[in-house]
Amino acid sequence: MLSDTLISKFDDVIARYPLKRSAIVPLLLFAQDEIGHISDEAIEEIARRVEVLPIEVIEDIGYYSMLHRQPIGKFNLQVCTNVSCQLLGGEEILEHCSKRLGIGHKQTTADGLFSLEEVECLGACCGAPAMQVNYDFYENLTPERVDRLIEDLKARAEK
Amino acid sequence: MSDYQSYMKGSPFEVKVISARFSLPDSTSIDTFLAHEGYQALAKAFQMGPEAVINEMKNSQLRGRGGAGFNTGLKWSFVPKQTDKPKYVVCNADESEPATCKDRPLMEYDPHQLIEGIIIAGYAIGAHQGYIYIRGEYRYLMEVLDRAIAEAYARGYLGKDIQGSGFDFELCTHTGAGAYECGEETALLNSLEGLRGYPRVKPPFPAVVGVYGCPTIVNNVETLCNAPHIVLKGAEWFAGLGTPKNGGTRLFCLSGHINRPGVYELPMGFPLRKMIEEVGGGIPRGKKLKSVIPGGSSCPLLTADEIDVPMDFDSLAKIGSMLGSGGVVMIDEDTCMVKVAQRIMKFYAHESCGWCIPCREGTAWLKRLLDRLHGGAGVTGDPDTALDVSYNILGKTLCPLGDAAAMPTISIVKKFRSEFDEHVRLGGCPYERKSAAVQAAR
Ligand SMILES: Cc1cc2nc3c(=O)[nH]c(=O)nc-3n(C[C@H](O)[C@H](O)[C@H](O)COP(=O)(O)O)c2cc1C
Ligand code: SF4
Ligand code: FES
Repeated sequence: MLSDTLISKFDDVIARYPLKRSAIVPLLLFAQDEIGHISDEAIEEIARRVEVLPIEVIEDIGYYSMLHRQPIGKFNLQVCTNVSCQLLGGEEILEHCSKRLGIGHKQTTADGLFSLEEVECLGACCGAPAMQVNYDFYENLTPERVDRLIEDLKARAEK
Repeated sequence: MSDYQSYMKGSPFEVKVISARFSLPDSTSIDTFLAHEGYQALAKAFQMGPEAVINEMKNSQLRGRGGAGFNTGLKWSFVPKQTDKPKYVVCNADESEPATCKDRPLMEYDPHQLIEGIIIAGYAIGAHQGYIYIRGEYRYLMEVLDRAIAEAYARGYLGKDIQGSGFDFELCTHTGAGAYECGEETALLNSLEGLRGYPRVKPPFPAVVGVYGCPTIVNNVETLCNAPHIVLKGAEWFAGLGTPKNGGTRLFCLSGHINRPGVYELPMGFPLRKMIEEVGGGIPRGKKLKSVIPGGSSCPLLTADEIDVPMDFDSLAKIGSMLGSGGVVMIDEDTCMVKVAQRIMKFYAHESCGWCIPCREGTAWLKRLLDRLHGGAGVTGDPDTALDVSYNILGKTLCPLGDAAAMPTISIVKKFRSEFDEHVRLGGCPYERKSAAVQAAR
């Protein structure tokens, strides 16, 4: 079931556009934020509300890299390796995360806590090397900072 | 949130126009904004009338800060005056050009400046609805903007009959969900219509046929943030800040091998050498500079001998590169340029929307070629093949992403040819060997 807050947000967002289908991508992202991924139910609901076929919603999901159909970890570590980050060790940060968590690009740990993703420029180039955990930015990373962050996130999950 | 201290380190060379309010306490609130000239330009625009605002913008020599550098006032003047259709203002806050992180502080520290710029744009072209298309990764900024928009509505700066002017304007944010191509203006419009972000054939240009088939202007965040200052202080003042045909200042994002990475507001035409040595504090660990990306990864790279250049659109074009999006990346002597080319191509191959063949196939081909070359399996003809493939993309694609992939590649292969040949000769990367040798000696 989609929550009432989410449904009322849907109504809010749809009302912003002269054409309802404009709301598809924002709605998908908001649904994903709540559910953790994009469920079949969310697709049906969004399609119904913006008056398109479910397949049209699914087409969009395939295009946008932040949208995913399968559940991922509670904390999605998105490490930038684009040029500004690469020059300052972005690849080493990615490698370090991978070793530390025992997972590769677009994989999730068995406990469902962490996912790892190599991503393109996050717009944090002046704080390179940078990553995002879900929507939060972490910049000027070193392997030690990453270790501490992972410990912090684990502790946060236990609470 | 971004760490203010790490992004805005400040420099005595800065000329603060659009970043002037960044350091004020509570800089995002409408009260702070109103206490520091906020929404005064809007009142002045209402007195001037739309035509005069557009003229002022034209004369200011403000050129688009999204990358292409088109005269903003001129773009606004292309919107038809007589039409039954509604018109739209779309703010491009997709900020995805690698090495660019300037729209972020503009939205984070002074959201009302952007809102005021958008309303002025709407008034000038006769639009009553605006959208801020913001990349999905910038969720916290969407919240900052949503709060600021709500404040502006509450105080009568948005909505019906703004400040008794008789002018109505609605504004809201819209989020993307991860796709570089959606920064291209026509792809962005498709995305805003709920479609995949494939570009449209131009002409017609968005000013005539844009979102929902209606006249639309698409402008970058930084571009729109300049509008209030131009209206308030005049075109002449603004043009005088920069160089001929390049008005105003620019937020330059200094990144890579530089002592003081950060975002700095400098006058248009600021000398690149001085930017690197004095604003950025030079190259770390006393290393020599090897190359500079002058304006985001789509621009042809410069060698260390080419940095005596004023940073404006025309001067960079003259030396065969581009000012682009303001992302300036310093690359030191220890860096493998084949690897730089490889990483840049990996990005374009990943982001190619696949609509046209030269870009889709060409970027994938180049990526494989550069992977192989850097990995040590390159053959003698590879550097020439890289050039050949690049020239078969250049100018042959539907949108400029193809060019954006080809141009840096061509410049790197041509300017750093010996490094490519060295990879072929050695069957591997000389820089990786060097650093492995250093590690082993430790
Ligand atoms: C592949 C591609 C990506 C682009 N990404 C952006 C972007 O992220 N932000 C932006 O403002 N302009 C971007 N542009 C430029 C836009 O197409 C457009 O020129 C710009 O939004 C116009 O605004 P301006 O005149 O204010 O610069 C991109 C262009 C291309 C070809
Ligand atoms: S140039 Fe590339 S990104 Fe642009 S339309 Fe063609 S395939 Fe798509
Ligand atoms: S290159 Fe990594 S955040 Fe921009």
